[in-house]
Amino acid sequence: MRYHRPASFEEAAAIAAGASGATRFLAGGTDVLVQLRAGMVMPDDVIDLKLIPGVKEIARTADGGWRIGAAVSGAEMGRHAALRADWPGVVEGMCLVGSTQVQGRATLAGNLCNGSPAADSVPGMVAAGAVATVVGPAGRREVAVEDIPAGPGRTTLKPGEVIAAITLPPRGRAGGDAYLRFIPRTEMDIAVVGAAVNLRLDGDRVSEARVALGAVAPKVILVPAAAAAIVGTTLDEAALAALAAAATAAATPISDKRGTAEFRKDVVGVLVRRAALIARDRAKGAAK
Amino acid sequence: MTKLHVTATVNGDPVEFLADPRESLLDCLRDHLDLTGSKEGCGTGDCGACSVRLDGVLVCSCLVLGVEAEGRRIETIEGMANGAELHPLQRKFIENAALQCGFCTPGILVAAKALLEENPDPTESEIRYWLAGNLCRCTGYDKIIRAVQDAAAEMRGAN
Repeated sequence: MRYHRPASFEEAAAIAAGASGATRFLAGGTDVLVQLRAGMVMPDDVIDLKLIPGVKEIARTADGGWRIGAAVSGAEMGRHAALRADWPGVVEGMCLVGSTQVQGRATLAGNLCNGSPAADSVPGMVAAGAVATVVGPAGRREVAVEDIPAGPGRTTLKPGEVIAAITLPPRGRAGGDAYLRFIPRTEMDIAVVGAAVNLRLDGDRVSEARVALGAVAPKVILVPAAAAAIVGTTLDEAALAALAAAATAAATPISDKRGTAEFRKDVVGVLVRRAALIARDRAKGAAK
Repeated sequence: MTKLHVTATVNGDPVEFLADPRESLLDCLRDHLDLTGSKEGCGTGDCGACSVRLDGVLVCSCLVLGVEAEGRRIETIEGMANGAELHPLQRKFIENAALQCGFCTPGILVAAKALLEENPDPTESEIRYWLAGNLCRCTGYDKIIRAVQDAAAEMRGAN
């Protein structure tokens, strides 16, 4: 195994593109080292991204959004008051990943690239409309986060491609987001179901919404029908019931040791309602 | 396999070692630096027995490559006592019988010290969440929580 410390993402992508065997990009390492340890993969080349300038930065974009470098840890996001104020749902999703120790290292980009349908940070990013900056041998491209996962453990990234940063859009006026997951304990578990809602209010009515669900399909899914169920409403009981029904209808979960398909379809409706109400309350707080 | 030369600071002392790039920081601490206080429980970041500080950040040393330590500052359980004088957390763990087999204890002490630096007066719930990544199969945790609370109270009084 060769260990590389490139000084730019272009150099990182070139190393990966030129490698003949298995490669792994290393940011937080909380998935890569577990794979190594389990013997799932023994990379010939490990490409450590942490010496690339800007990779640990949370920076305002010119339009008022946020650019989160590929090696920013969950703990660093949790401590960033302005980021948390704009995108509490994204931050709370990331901060649910693993223990305090894992939070010291684990990253948004890594959680996304691990390709788990149950990844806690991904529904929040998808609901927010986050974009991944992908660097590869063919140059840079911007990809909607929902287009990165391809299925359990798989992504749409091409050989040699690496995520340099995640960009969240400007929060704008009267917006709020929230992520909730169900686990049978209080901490240190993998989502049985996850639901994220991001919305904007115009007065008391929802003017825009995005709804994303985790652990109820082969990958995290964006559900436009669920968003449509609440746009134009005041999130009254009828709207919430329609939201829950749309989420349940969009869910195509499996039954496994952590929950049955029937349970997941039911719980996703419960969580999405609750997340919508939290997002609304946060939007109202932001509107003041 | 080419080994890489790594220089770092461990508990305030400059150290150097040769690391196979596949080795974890935990392997390097234990096998190259003879610092065997950090334990390997699971090797996959679930149990916290290998907890150390890396540039002040609490991490599982089994989830860090040894070669990543180049130029970094590492603190382990071996640096916790001041010579023969135990850290208040260590003393309170003994007084409260907050350990039985002791395998998880170094990791829990390192993690608890990091908590009290960030939050000198944590609630029971905050302590339990902070230490959720440190598994103990002996104590049932209650004595650990009480020991951390006792140490925190003493340390607040001392400041």
